[in-house]
Order: sequence, then C-alpha cells, then structure tokens
Amino acid sequence: MSLKQRMFKERFVEVLLLLCAAVSIVTTLGIIFVLLKDSIGFFSKVSLWEFLTDTQWTPLFEDAHFGILPLLSGTFLITVIAILIALPLGMSIAIYLSEYADRKVKKIIKPFLEILSSIPTVVFGYFALVFVTPLLQSFIPGLAGFNSLSSGIVMGIMILPMVASLSEDALNAVPNSLREGSYALGSSQVQTAFKVVVPAASSGITVSLILAISRAIGETMIVAIAAGQQPRLTLNPLVPIETITAYIVQVSKGDVPQDSLGYQTIFAAGLTLFVLTFLLNSISFYFNKKFRAQYQ
Amino acid sequence: MSRCVGCKFAWISAWLVCLCLFGACQRNENLIIIDGSSTVYPISEAVAEEFLKLEADATIAIGESGTGGGFKKFSRGEIQIANASRPITESEIEACLANNYPFIELPVAYDGLAVVVHPDNHWVDSITVDELRKIWEPGAQGIITRWNQIRSEWPDQEIRLYGAGVSSGTYDYFTEAIVGTKRSSRGDFTASEDDNVLVQGVSQDVLALGYFGLAYYEENKSKLKALAIDDLNDENGKGAVLPSFENVNNASYQPLTRPEFIYVSANAINPMIEKFIHFYLTESADLVKEVGYVPLSEETYQLVLQSFENRQTGSLMTRRNNVGVDLSQLLKEAAK
Repeated sequence: MSLKQRMFKERFVEVLLLLCAAVSIVTTLGIIFVLLKDSIGFFSKVSLWEFLTDTQWTPLFEDAHFGILPLLSGTFLITVIAILIALPLGMSIAIYLSEYADRKVKKIIKPFLEILSSIPTVVFGYFALVFVTPLLQSFIPGLAGFNSLSSGIVMGIMILPMVASLSEDALNAVPNSLREGSYALGSSQVQTAFKVVVPAASSGITVSLILAISRAIGETMIVAIAAGQQPRLTLNPLVPIETITAYIVQVSKGDVPQDSLGYQTIFAAGLTLFVLTFLLNSISFYFNKKFRAQYQ
Repeated sequence: MSRCVGCKFAWISAWLVCLCLFGACQRNENLIIIDGSSTVYPISEAVAEEFLKLEADATIAIGESGTGGGFKKFSRGEIQIANASRPITESEIEACLANNYPFIELPVAYDGLAVVVHPDNHWVDSITVDELRKIWEPGAQGIITRWNQIRSEWPDQEIRLYGAGVSSGTYDYFTEAIVGTKRSSRGDFTASEDDNVLVQGVSQDVLALGYFGLAYYEENKSKLKALAIDDLNDENGKGAVLPSFENVNNASYQPLTRPEFIYVSANAINPMIEKFIHFYLTESADLVKEVGYVPLSEETYQLVLQSFENRQTGSLMTRRNNVGVDLSQLLKEAAK
C-alpha cells in the first residue's frame, strides 16, 4: 500500500467518524426545529399568557382550556414523591457503599442495583398499577386506582440506582486526606461520614439529584400506565392526575387530525418538557464543572 | 453479502407489487369492496377474516371513511357494501335511487354502553338520563365534582369520572345519547380510548363513575357494578333498566343502545357476496361479542336473513330515531 493510499484511508476514516458525530448534532437541531415549528402554530392561536396561567387543560373538549399548569403540577407532584423516596434511600446506600461496606458486601449489593436499573420502565408501570396501588389501598381508603402516590414511589425506586451510584462516585472522589484529618481530630466514623465527607461531596450529590429529577420529569411509561389520564391542578397524591409525558402519549395514540390545534398541543407540551429538562441538565453541568475543579 | 440480500428482497417486493397490480386490474368477480363507519369496521373486518378462511378465492377490501363517506361511495356504485352506525338518511336514499342503486338494509349488531361504578359503591344502583347529563355536560366542568351535587342523599364525597377518549366512537355516541349533542362533553375526567384502562380505573376506585362498551362490562362483571338507566320513558321498559345482552335486544335498555347496519347494493349481488352475507348473518354472533358489540338475538338474525333472501330493498329506519328501536318487532311487521 502506497503512502498516498494510506493517507487517503486515514482521511476517509476521519471524515466518516466526523459524519457520525454530526448525526447527533443534526438530530438534536432537527428535533428542536420540529418542536418549535408546531409550537409556533400553537402559540399563534393560544397566547403564552393563557398557556402559563390558565388552571385547566382540556384542549380536546368543547370547553377548551390550554393551561399547562395541571400537567405541570402532575409532573411536579410525581417527581417530588419520587425524589422523597430516591434521595434518602439512594444517599444511604451511597454512604454505606463508600464509607462502610467492605468489598464482599459491595460485590453483592452493586449487581442488585444494576439489575434494578435494567428493569424496563413498562414493567415498573405495571408493578405500580397492579401491585403497589392495591397494597396501598389496603391501608389508605379513598386511594384511586390511578394515583400519583404509587407511581411516584415506584418511580423513586426506578431512579434509586442512579442516585446511589452517582452519589457514591461523588463520595469516592473526596480525597482520603479529609477523612484522615477528621479521624485525627477524634471524630467517629459516623461524624466523619456525615459531617465531613457528605458536605465535601455536596456538589456531586446535587448533580446526581438534578439528573434524577430530570429523569423523573421525562419518565413516561410508569405515569402513562399508573398515574391516570386526567389533568388536574392538585397536590393531592391520592387522585388520578396526568403528567406532560402521559398527555403526549395519550394524544399520539389517538387519531387527532394533524395540523389541528389539538395535535399542536403535544408539541407545546413537548417543548415545555424539553425546556425543563434542558434547564436541569444545564444546571447539573454547571455543578459538575465546579465539583471537578475543587479537587484537581 | 448484505447488499445481495437487500437486492433479492427488493426484487421479490417488486414482483409482488407487479402481481398485485395485475390481479387488481383483472375484473374480479370475487372481490368485495366494503366501506363506511369505523364503528362497524371491526365487525365486518372480523367476519371477513373468518370468511376468507373458508373462501380462499375471495378478496375483501374494507375501508373506514365514516358512515356518511361510505354512503356517498355506495350511491355512486363504487362499493358493494356500506357499513353504517346509523340508518341511511332520506337524502342518501334519494342519491342511491337516483343513480339506480337500490339497497338492502341489514342490522348486524347492537352497540351498547354500560355506566358503571365500583362494586363497593353502596349508594347508587340506578341513575336517570337527566342525572347523567348533569354530570357529563360541558357546563359541569369543574363544577359538578361531588356525589351529593347530583342527588342530595348521595355522600358528600368527590366523584371521579372515567370515560371514552375523544377519538373513540364511544365518545361520539355517549355524548349524543346523553348530552344531546355529538362530541359535547366536560373535559375534566380520565379519558382513554382503551376500554381496558377505564375498567382498571373504575374497578380500583370506590368513588368512580365511568362508561364504556357493554362487552367490557360483561367481561369484567366481578370487578364492576353496572347502573340501571332510567330514561324516564315508560314505553320502553318501566323505570330503570340494567344493561344486559337481553335488555339490549328487547330494546328496553335505552338510550345507550343503538343498532349497527350493513347496506348491500341489491344490483351488485353475485354468488360470492351472497355467500358472504349469508356467513355474516349466520356466523357472526360470537365474532360480534369478541370485538366488543352485542349480537342480535338468534331470531332477529333469522329475520334479517329472510329480508336479505327476499331482496327486500329500502329502509325500515327512515324518520325513526336511531335510539330505541326493537328490531325484531320492526322486521316482523315488515315481513307481513
């Protein structure tokens, strides 16, 4: 093979790889374009003010209202419940794994966390609907068949491995000199873990929390199956609600005519969702950078 | 290698397309074209599927351009059978006769809706149409939210509503029969096109009230309690009437029952269509149940078959309200 041929081959591979990288950029831009295009159609008929302040979301019915608040409150409610479950549990697991557990125990626990994170979300959805909800109903009278409580709990379990493993990474990144310093001052293991290591890793833990929130907001299957399909502005976890994602699923499944206002609502809802998760991911990116800089 | 497999596949597809086109170009005595209501579509589709197992030569094409769209094509002679979820109208009859396409009207099933609550709901056994309207009309949105707002002796607790999604035929039908205007409903309820979701919702919620196809209630009887409906008209059954296949058939369960039809173009009948209709009217009862509708009684199917065999053209249903007909009575009178 001549040198020329070889250089050509090198160049060819480089361009090929560049093209592959470009696919991700083009796809992202394409998605944003599609979201914006149909959202503009939507917002030319419904004012942004109405979208953000109306307290009812009934775009497909006779008395049509286009307030995103009920869908946002549903999403928010489920996310809060999920975080209430995932954060304390995930943190405890992370602290245990990083500060206490010896290798043998770690070897047992870690694979189980991975199994948990590899369960398909549709399975979690049915788990919430046919197991958790009836279980909760046995001691919470008035709990509806579709509700945000059981979906939130199950979603918390779903994002638990993510919180645990990212927080554990953050705790592990804390230099041992800090722990040794703490012990030298006479602190116990508990004091060292909670008063020295955890605060030192706080920005990493924040990142894990934000990514978990972002995941919970975008999660679709669990809420579509178990949380209900009734947009309502409430913080009551016992009644059926609808999240942004579940609404999009519901409308996409039906046969709402294209280019109708009802069809465009899913793009406005999708854009809202995109803005939310984009903001959260940006914040976590910022924290991540700050956190890395600290110990380098 | 993969390129070759791709090539082969492309060639085979191309050949198949050519063969199909060739087949379609030939004038086919064995081709039956059906179009019309999307509500009747599942029945005709299921019947056609079974029919094709017996008659390998037959080809059946079924469209779903809606009852009105179906009749339009029917009156131009483009199709031989029209699916219809309502009787043919006067103007559609005129169009058919003007183009010399007389038709035979054949009821094939009932579409019934059940209004259901949770089995542990002890306060309600029956409900009137007026009360249902009060719950479901658009004006109730955000206002009628508690049981005692509907009847004062019912508990002061939230009412949680489950109903058909806006793209289902069930939604059109329920709103027409209860609210009075098609597609006019409140919007703050759990809405799903999937009746199984609604069954799940109502069966797990003591404060629920929902509606869906009668067949889904029949399938899940143990988990649900159906309400008797009182249409405040004693002519078709006194007082409140419970939904059941029997009450649907004797026309006492009103107004949540309506007949579904197929219309056959009388001049287009050939041996294959004859066989198909025969099969439709004798073998479809189980299929009708399977796809979520209520079959006619055996006697009624027999009467319908008779009117087909007598080639009895015209409609028995004109100027009649689709809601609340006793088909067997009507057919018997017509046969006389």
